Amino acid sequence: MEPFKTLLSTAVPLPIEDVDTDQIIPARFLKATTREGFGQNLFRDWRFGNDGTPKADFVLNNPLYSGNILVAGRNFGCGSSREHAAWAIHDYGFKVVVSSFFADIFRGNALNNGLLPVQVSDAFLHEIFSAIERDPASALRVDLQSQKIEIAGSGAAETFPIDPYKKICLLNGYDDIDYLLSLKETIEKFEQSPDRVTLGL
Amino acid sequence: MGKTIFDKIWDAHVVAPVEGGMDVIYIDRHFIHEVTSPQAFDGLRNRNIGVFRKQQTIATADHNVPTKDQDKPIQEPLSRFQVEKLVENCQDFDIALYGLGHQYQGIVHVIGPELGITRPGMTIVCGDSHTSTHGAFGCIAFGIGTSQVEQVLASQCLIQSRPKRMRITVDGQLQPGVFAKDIILYIIAKLSAAGGTGYFVEYAGSAIRALSMEGRMTICNMSIEMGARGGLVAPDETTFSYIKGRKFAPQGAQWDAALAYWQTLFSDPDAIFDKTYHFNAEDIEPMVTFGTNPGMGIKISEPIPGAAGENTQSFDKSLEYMGLRPGEHLLGKTIQHVFIGSCTNSRIEDLRLVAAYVKGRSKAAHVQAMVVPGSQQVAAQAKSEGIDRILQEAGFDFREPGCSACLGMNEDKIPAGEYCVSTSNRNFEGRQGPGARTILASPLMAAAAAIAGKIVDVRQEPVS
Repeated sequence: MEPFKTLLSTAVPLPIEDVDTDQIIPARFLKATTREGFGQNLFRDWRFGNDGTPKADFVLNNPLYSGNILVAGRNFGCGSSREHAAWAIHDYGFKVVVSSFFADIFRGNALNNGLLPVQVSDAFLHEIFSAIERDPASALRVDLQSQKIEIAGSGAAETFPIDPYKKICLLNGYDDIDYLLSLKETIEKFEQSPDRVTLGL
Repeated sequence: MGKTIFDKIWDAHVVAPVEGGMDVIYIDRHFIHEVTSPQAFDGLRNRNIGVFRKQQTIATADHNVPTKDQDKPIQEPLSRFQVEKLVENCQDFDIALYGLGHQYQGIVHVIGPELGITRPGMTIVCGDSHTSTHGAFGCIAFGIGTSQVEQVLASQCLIQSRPKRMRITVDGQLQPGVFAKDIILYIIAKLSAAGGTGYFVEYAGSAIRALSMEGRMTICNMSIEMGARGGLVAPDETTFSYIKGRKFAPQGAQWDAALAYWQTLFSDPDAIFDKTYHFNAEDIEPMVTFGTNPGMGIKISEPIPGAAGENTQSFDKSLEYMGLRPGEHLLGKTIQHVFIGSCTNSRIEDLRLVAAYVKGRSKAAHVQAMVVPGSQQVAAQAKSEGIDRILQEAGFDFREPGCSACLGMNEDKIPAGEYCVSTSNRNFEGRQGPGARTILASPLMAAAAAIAGKIVDVRQEPVS
């Protein structure tokens, strides 16, 4: 996967809480059998009417906002485990999602696709939204090595959590599957352990 | 210090620790379906490798399949292609497929347990968040993304961080007319859609113990709706009796060995949980959701609440989508559709309950009511008991197994602006179709709404 190290970018604000993966990518688009092209259907039903015309009041259709960072209300990515949600967000062009709380499965899917979930405090999220509201051209600086996110204009910053293993993977573009495949012998040894053999597992 | 059942199972499945705190854990059973697997199989092809443990991989087609005329080719081209891709992948990689036309086909989380594939102490995954259902058997079962599906196909393992432990105890006796679905909707309303994130839940208490396996599956199924990684119920005699004799259940000496192990699967009395909740079963009423996430639920007797806290934007948006207002009651609300189905509630006990209620009655003329059994085996059982006839005579459309209107990937969609009382697990915007308005409830509440043409309190309704 594409490695992630640092990013300085303007951000798109989505101050809605509990954004679920059905909104991010509706079920009818899950019929695809490849990983490409999901970006065009990102937030499809919030972005476009039934006839395909863009909805003026949705932030992705507002030319005032742009950038590679999505800032969203708490509990982002809840609901279905569809990894297609992470593919859609990344394919659209976002490399970072900032929120005060991420759903578990979405967080894992994002990390497996080079999309960095940055979890900040409620207060800092509020500060970011306010900064963007005052000035849509506000930029955020995200540094994975130092686990820091900064509002470029004011210098206000916070550190964000990330599992040390996933951090290494993201910095280097490593996939879990390579690591797992390298453990084949260890896995076979585990399978042969007496308890498991007795249970016929 | 004592261990929780969750930790006992997790510890027994750690293949190796990963530096920094995560674990490589072994997966006993991997269920796959047509929607989240194609890219995973292509990933294996690109690496020129096969499926590592074929015997532990079980496939079915459920999300995309039509629920009528399953013996004919699927009409919708993308759905047809995706289901055909699963057939091709299972052939190429030598995986057991209970697909369309097979006597064991059905919703993945219905067929696993009914075939005796799901057993206590197992780790079970699937590219579907309602994999938590299998936790009812005392398993660590959870949903994964397509990349992780590929990882499990390749290595039968996953890299995971151990979630924190939560115990939710429900003691006491349920009122008549109140069921497992109401218990879990009640719990999620209390904890919120994010209240369980980062945790794995153990459901305990006398009200949980009193539930059948199907009731426990309903509860564990919706663990994900409060954000939990999964949820389980420690196995007991109810569990063992359910499994015994099923198609792939262990037999003879293997059964005895398995049973001896299963009987060690309980939380030690001095085990410590990171968070605990306690609820009284008597406080639970039939529940209905009013908003656009499963945590936005109320007792049938309660009015819709106003927004809480500072940020009311999301709450207001939700109510606007649903066409509802704070202070309004859902009791008496006219509805247009009823969907009885999904991995939450589509098993034989649910169908029996609905049939007993609607027998000799007719659905309201303006309501479309659909019953989708969870599997071919459930459908066959229902037919042998005459349930299909009873439902049809009441005006309900008895269809063929699949995920159907839970997420409307096939033709079973709810039209925009119309209300559907649904026994499924999600009421997100557009879940059942763009603009569809979903009200989650128990099978009995759904059946009663179909007959009355509006939402009623089943406790006040006469039972025939």
